[in-house]
Amino acid sequence: MEAMASSGTAKVTLPTDEQILITREFNAPKDLVYKAYTTPELVKRWWSGRRGEVTSAEIDLRVGGMWRYVMVANQGFEVAFHGEYREIVPNERIVTTEVYEGVPEDEQPEGDVLNTVTFTEAGGRTTLTLLVETPSKEVRDAIIGSGMEGGMQEGMDLLEQVAMSLR
Amino acid sequence: MARAATTTDAFNAVAEPRRRQILDALTGGERPVNDLVRLLGLAQPQVSKHLRVLREVGAVDVRDEGRQRLYRLNGRALKPIHDWVKNYERSWSERFEELDVVLDELKEKEERHGGNGE
Repeated sequence: MEAMASSGTAKVTLPTDEQILITREFNAPKDLVYKAYTTPELVKRWWSGRRGEVTSAEIDLRVGGMWRYVMVANQGFEVAFHGEYREIVPNERIVTTEVYEGVPEDEQPEGDVLNTVTFTEAGGRTTLTLLVETPSKEVRDAIIGSGMEGGMQEGMDLLEQVAMSLR
Repeated sequence: MARAATTTDAFNAVAEPRRRQILDALTGGERPVNDLVRLLGLAQPQVSKHLRVLREVGAVDVRDEGRQRLYRLNGRALKPIHDWVKNYERSWSERFEELDVVLDELKEKEERHGGNGE
């Protein structure tokens, strides 16, 4: 019988200076993972993790359509991202741009940050990969660092809780 | 976490692209200052300034050999950078743990409806 335990932590690697690759396996078929990834009411439930509340998730799931997620972090500040869908293969693959709205317009990086999400199913389990491609190492590093702003402070407090939740 | 001064924080020290270039160059092993000056195409005083910052956070060590000053990487001081990626990883892990809960519900719903989807 297949284990129902937590599928484990996300794995983050840095394939090149400009890339981040996030990989995670889910104990569910890929159509459901895709659904949870692309349905606003469902995205609202997971996208902020434990670092806040998602106050808005807009998804216009078609090539050229926009998405925008807003979260209010536990410390009270707002974090918003938006982007444009560049490629959509239902249940297989989504390519979008991603813009962090916390950076002023004139300081936005030149060139797009591209996110490619793929869903691969095997034996009823789905491996999700998210490849983040940035125009430069500076942008890549800033994205990794952005986890700090929302997370570092309470991240430490949460560490114990997270450790306990990892069965 | 309070932001430490540039000179004491490995993060800020490596936030500068030139300093990262220096660190990259040193991953291949110990190098004299002249090498770094040539590699970076900067004036020696500028390179020395960057090296001083890196030395102050312990990211590089230096020793004198004859008339040369040799610089090498100190991996331990760069551990905060490693932790930094770990923190990013943790934020995704937390997200995906919430996604697990959503998926369990979706699966349950599908089973109740005889697996016909919608």
